[in-house]
Amino acid sequence: MSNDIVLALRGVSKRFGAVQALTDVDLEVRAGEVIALVGDNGAGKSTLVKTVAGVHPVDDGTIEWEGRPVTVSRPHDAQQLGIATVYQDLALCDNLDVVANLFLGSEVRHAALLDEIAMEKRAMELLDTLSIRIPDVRIPVAALSGGQRQVVAIARALIGDPKVVILDEPTAALGVEQTAQVLDLVERLRERGLGTVLISHNMADVQAVADRVAVLRLGRNNGVFTVAETSHEEIVSAITGAADNAVTRRQARTAKEAAK
Amino acid sequence: MSDATTKTPAAEQADAAPASDPRLLRRESGLAGYLSDFRRRIRGGELGSLPVVVGLVVIAVVFQSLNHTFLSADSLSDISVYIAGTGIMATGIVFVLLLGEIDLSVGSVAGVGAAVWAVLSVVHKVPDGLAALLAVVSGLAIGALHGFFFAKVGVPAFVVTLAGFLGWSGLQIWLMGSEGSINTPGDSVVEDLTGYYFQDISAAYGLALVATLAYGGAQLLGARRRRAAGLRSRPYGEIAVRSAAMAALAFAAAYVLNQSQGLPLALVLFLAVLVIADFAVRRTTYGRQVFAVGGNAEAARRAGINVEWVRITVFAIAGMLAAFGGLFIASLSGGATKSLGAGNTLMNVIAAAVIGGTSLFGGRGKIWSALLGILVIQSIQQGLNLKGMASEIQYMITGAVLLAAVVIDSVSRRTQKTAGRT
Repeated sequence: MSNDIVLALRGVSKRFGAVQALTDVDLEVRAGEVIALVGDNGAGKSTLVKTVAGVHPVDDGTIEWEGRPVTVSRPHDAQQLGIATVYQDLALCDNLDVVANLFLGSEVRHAALLDEIAMEKRAMELLDTLSIRIPDVRIPVAALSGGQRQVVAIARALIGDPKVVILDEPTAALGVEQTAQVLDLVERLRERGLGTVLISHNMADVQAVADRVAVLRLGRNNGVFTVAETSHEEIVSAITGAADNAVTRRQARTAKEAAK
Repeated sequence: MSDATTKTPAAEQADAAPASDPRLLRRESGLAGYLSDFRRRIRGGELGSLPVVVGLVVIAVVFQSLNHTFLSADSLSDISVYIAGTGIMATGIVFVLLLGEIDLSVGSVAGVGAAVWAVLSVVHKVPDGLAALLAVVSGLAIGALHGFFFAKVGVPAFVVTLAGFLGWSGLQIWLMGSEGSINTPGDSVVEDLTGYYFQDISAAYGLALVATLAYGGAQLLGARRRRAAGLRSRPYGEIAVRSAAMAALAFAAAYVLNQSQGLPLALVLFLAVLVIADFAVRRTTYGRQVFAVGGNAEAARRAGINVEWVRITVFAIAGMLAAFGGLFIASLSGGATKSLGAGNTLMNVIAAAVIGGTSLFGGRGKIWSALLGILVIQSIQQGLNLKGMASEIQYMITGAVLLAAVVIDSVSRRTQKTAGRT
């Protein structure tokens, strides 16, 4: 794992009217590392991602890209820097085929003419290096399963050769095997030396692929943990803010019942 | 699968592709493969042009049995001229339908186009060609205005164009002023739009030859390039069969047209519009953007596509083609009138696009559906005219055909959903 910090947020704050969504948040994303961003609903995960993706400009604090401060005020700025975001709603066009979706908005072309052959070839190569299996790159995305659609959406983010990929709940609606496929893909992103930010509610997924976990609570940093050295309970207590909470009580209860 | 035993080049390439998914439906080689593929598509609700082709055959058989002049050269030649105006308008509607929107104003815009040309050319003595050009440009401007209200202001397209439907037909009547109608001057280009025939038989055969060669050549070139790039390509046998079918169709049409008055200019222009539009939709970035916006506007926006621009230009194209089609209608009816484009023109245009197989729900369709659909509608009208049936019967039958087409669209959409396709 390299330690080059690609993207860093320093003291980022964001306010929506009366709501202080983010307060003084720090986050560092390194090349070749998967950092999970966890927190309860309303903790500010999505807001944080949107500030990086250029959807909401930050009110306070700085975003650093490869060590120098940058302004990200539009989605286009983020794409220019090399930040690709895969949103929860996949933003694929169901009526278009896989190749068309992968290259949507950045088509390979001669003048205004589409170069379908170059696109299809590059699409196959990309899917191949990511070991993504799609029945046929020329079928409409509507014909794909949920997991396949998710991997296509992630592959789509890689078309522009980004350095940082942000995945917003990539496994939220997926079955067991599809989740495994997506997690495999996340590991392959790391192997390719990309910095990956994984937002998830699923602790099992986080512990399976993430190197570090950054916890947000009520819009503030609540600790960054190295996954290998941290227990499930520690992360959960960081998320909920206490060792005594609904999750631990439930675990204690079920453990007691199992012991009976 | 028979792939294991009979290795066609395509199958070899498919085998060479790494890690092919076992769930992948790979087409068997040979005729059996095509048949099974065809059955699978039908079951999956991918009907394509099948219903409309079947419909055309039924229409031909029924009307020919009712009246033996229906399939005569003169009758078919007339159909080929009559389809041009509404067909060009329907081409514009296909663009709008691909966006998942509707344009209810095309009939009125056609009327305005014809009125602008007639008033400029006949009343104000503007050079005839320039007047016709200005008419088309005014259609473009009107369409862009619709697009502006829809894309920038956010008014539903249905409402914008409904207002346009009323407003522009008012403008048309106002432009025509005290004149009830303005007859086409004898030397006008608009007269020629539907009145000129290339009488030399080499014109029709030449066009058929060019069409066949262009089609076959493009297919062959595409297959070769795909093969060179190591991608799955259409087998040469299939290209040969397709090109032969294309040649048969083109030369049969040329033969029939030459039996009558020759190749009509109207048909040439209509085909030119279709070819250009088809090329733009399938092969250019712009066409891809139209499909993307029609499929998922939010996804298109996030992909960096200028959704508003696409919407405005699509409505501008529809307006432009509507005005252009209006000139053809004026040419057919001998001049511009206050009621040109009113009545069932709008319904015929939208019906043509939908009957041809373009979905009302956006993102799915082909430019060529304008040709197939308008052929159906015009054939019915021609057949009923030959039988001397009144227009009320035509209205009812066209209405029923439109309903049938939309039913097929909706049902096939539902089947496709259950088969996992949109």
